[in-house]
Amino acid sequence: MSENGNAQRAATIAVLVENEAGVLARVIGLFSGRGYNIDSLTVAPVDETGRISRITIVTSGTEMVIEQIKAQLDRLVPVHKVSDLTMEGPHLTRELALIKVVGKGEHRVEALRLADAFRARVVDATTESFVFEMTGAAEKIDAFCALMRPIGLAEVSRTGAVAIARGPRGLN
Amino acid sequence: MSAATKPASTADAQTMSGAEVVLRALKDNGVEVIFGYPGGAVLPIYDALFQQNAIRHILVRHEQAAVHAAEGYARSTGKVGCVLVTSGPGATNAVTGLVDALMDSIPVVCLTGQVPTHLIGNDAFQEADTTGITRPATKHNYLVKKSSDLARVVHEAFYVARSGRPGPVVIDLPKDILINKAPYTEPPQTEHRSYRPQTKPDAEQIRKAVRLLKAARKPIVYAGGGVINSGPEASRLLGEFVRMTGFPCTNTLMGLGAFPAQDPLFLGMLGMHGTYEANLAMHGCDVMLNIGARFDDRVTGRLNAFSPNSRKIHADIDPSSINKNVPVEVPIVGDAGEVLAALIAEWKADGTAQDKPALAAWWRQIDEWRSKDCLRYRQEGRIIKPQHAVKRLYEITRELGRETFITTEVGQHQMWAAQYFGFDKPNRWMTSGGLGTMGYGLPAAMGVQIAHPDALVIDIAGEASILMNIQEMGTLAQYRLPVKVFILNNEYMGMVRQWQELLHGGRYSESYSAALPDFVKLAESFHAVGMRAETADDLDRVIREMIAVDKPVIADICVAKDENCFPMIPSGAAHNEMILGPEQEGGVAGVTDEGKVLV
Repeated sequence: MSENGNAQRAATIAVLVENEAGVLARVIGLFSGRGYNIDSLTVAPVDETGRISRITIVTSGTEMVIEQIKAQLDRLVPVHKVSDLTMEGPHLTRELALIKVVGKGEHRVEALRLADAFRARVVDATTESFVFEMTGAAEKIDAFCALMRPIGLAEVSRTGAVAIARGPRGLN
Repeated sequence: MSAATKPASTADAQTMSGAEVVLRALKDNGVEVIFGYPGGAVLPIYDALFQQNAIRHILVRHEQAAVHAAEGYARSTGKVGCVLVTSGPGATNAVTGLVDALMDSIPVVCLTGQVPTHLIGNDAFQEADTTGITRPATKHNYLVKKSSDLARVVHEAFYVARSGRPGPVVIDLPKDILINKAPYTEPPQTEHRSYRPQTKPDAEQIRKAVRLLKAARKPIVYAGGGVINSGPEASRLLGEFVRMTGFPCTNTLMGLGAFPAQDPLFLGMLGMHGTYEANLAMHGCDVMLNIGARFDDRVTGRLNAFSPNSRKIHADIDPSSINKNVPVEVPIVGDAGEVLAALIAEWKADGTAQDKPALAAWWRQIDEWRSKDCLRYRQEGRIIKPQHAVKRLYEITRELGRETFITTEVGQHQMWAAQYFGFDKPNRWMTSGGLGTMGYGLPAAMGVQIAHPDALVIDIAGEASILMNIQEMGTLAQYRLPVKVFILNNEYMGMVRQWQELLHGGRYSESYSAALPDFVKLAESFHAVGMRAETADDLDRVIREMIAVDKPVIADICVAKDENCFPMIPSGAAHNEMILGPEQEGGVAGVTDEGKVLV
């Protein structure tokens, strides 16, 4: 892999797969077996019958490695379609996070003020805690968590990125 | 594939057991022979086999051998090889064979037994997570959990195994699925829902390729196993293309036989133990046409020094093989035969002329390299040189004119077989290329002999490799398969010894074949014929006797113990840094640690 282009780039890859037993293991096994990175991976059925699932993988590598990842994904038998959203024009990426903050007094007020600024919603509250729900780009969630840390960040659950191309064209 | 399946008939749908459905589906996919070994979880299939005559079962002595036998059968016929093993250890023993078939793109369908569905995950007796274990060992695998899926899965498995880039497919069959009634459905006519390999090349890419090739001053054709896998017509087309262009042609280890070894346009095999002329032509060419080969590390040597000044065209049926190791200018996705047909048509249609004077000058250069005679050796005195043993075997089989198939184990003998045995036709040469599986040759030869009962089938072996699946001598005896095992016995794991000599200061750590059996007596105890050649004077007689006997034979050929396999590109070196013979062995001393880490 020492040939031209050692520069690394991030890639958000959407994969439509047949929703059958073992398909996620095939995808993950491919990444671990061939030494590719997975920064995040999300999966859920996306069609009305539940037969097709969409996997969104955020990965990084040299151009040659990313081309390999796409080709290797595409040759898995249950894979319908592989799309490199990063290369195929503008796209949206969103992540959902549930963030638990524990604290009293001034900390609660400060937490709510910041949540408001980040447009995070309160989805659970007790006298000493909040659970915030927020969506956005990964950087926004990172920033929110960083601000919450000194206030009383207790727990974070994140989905990883989901992504879709802008404009009228669909993936299938 | 699931949409358009319909029950064969309502009567069948009610009366057939899962095991009967499996056998019917095998038959409908053209299976005539199955290599297997029984056990608890597959007893229903063995019971169904007992009650029919359409499919012949060959009982091997170890499940690994069943897969290699199916590979030998597949490679020598172009059909899908079929394997039947039980759950647990049956399946895990088959894994080496499956990976071997995966690496060399050999179509095999392997049926594995499984504990009944209600026990899966309970650590039941002889349970293993077969689909989990074989996921990276196969092109695809299935666990059948519903009787209604059974027939469809078997049909689909055969389609996946033989289409696109061929490979092994496992079907894991829980015992209750085999015993319960299941509906039979015919092989579907519809396209698979997600798996659709591209076989027809893009016309624009073909035009680009031909433009490059027409303008080439120093071209080379580098053809591999993809040509063999495409079928004999692809090999014929390769010959036609090479002759109409006048280009030099080299084959990979897997591609031997795709282009006739006798043809003056053939440069021999390339790569680590390839010929001087093939490797230097690869290094010095200005346009390279790769058809059905994958720029394997045994072929390229050090990547950043590989063919530095060439523009490369790569045709492969697997898009993931293209731009994997070596970036190419013209990628062509397609079946080797279809690509060659398209190249020939476009070459004829394209009006531009070839640069004939440049090509003639290129051939003069190649002939100069050829005049080094890199495969020369001196057979002097009583001790048999291993190269001489293979060469005489080749010459005598040629003289006899019998249809001959060669399999090998892995190591020095394998490379000598590739160098000194010339193949003029495809599907006559079976060797473990990608995985390098010692123990491949004997069971593979068994599979070849089953497919070609009247042919001469020879396993060129080493004394160490042959012991890895020696138990298959029992299978040869049972089915009266007259396979000839031709052992180049140098009492060493020769390739290990060679690397230790050249790269590890002559410290022969654990590479001596101590306590060898008496191969003549070993043969006799397996109801075969044993013979031995101890001196050069014995060699021809033993080869002729071996061929003449209509029984399995082990011929123990005692060869020079310290012979090395040359030419050799040391690990981490470039094509133009190859070592031609013992007088240049010092050249290996310069191998860097970076080179030494390479296998």
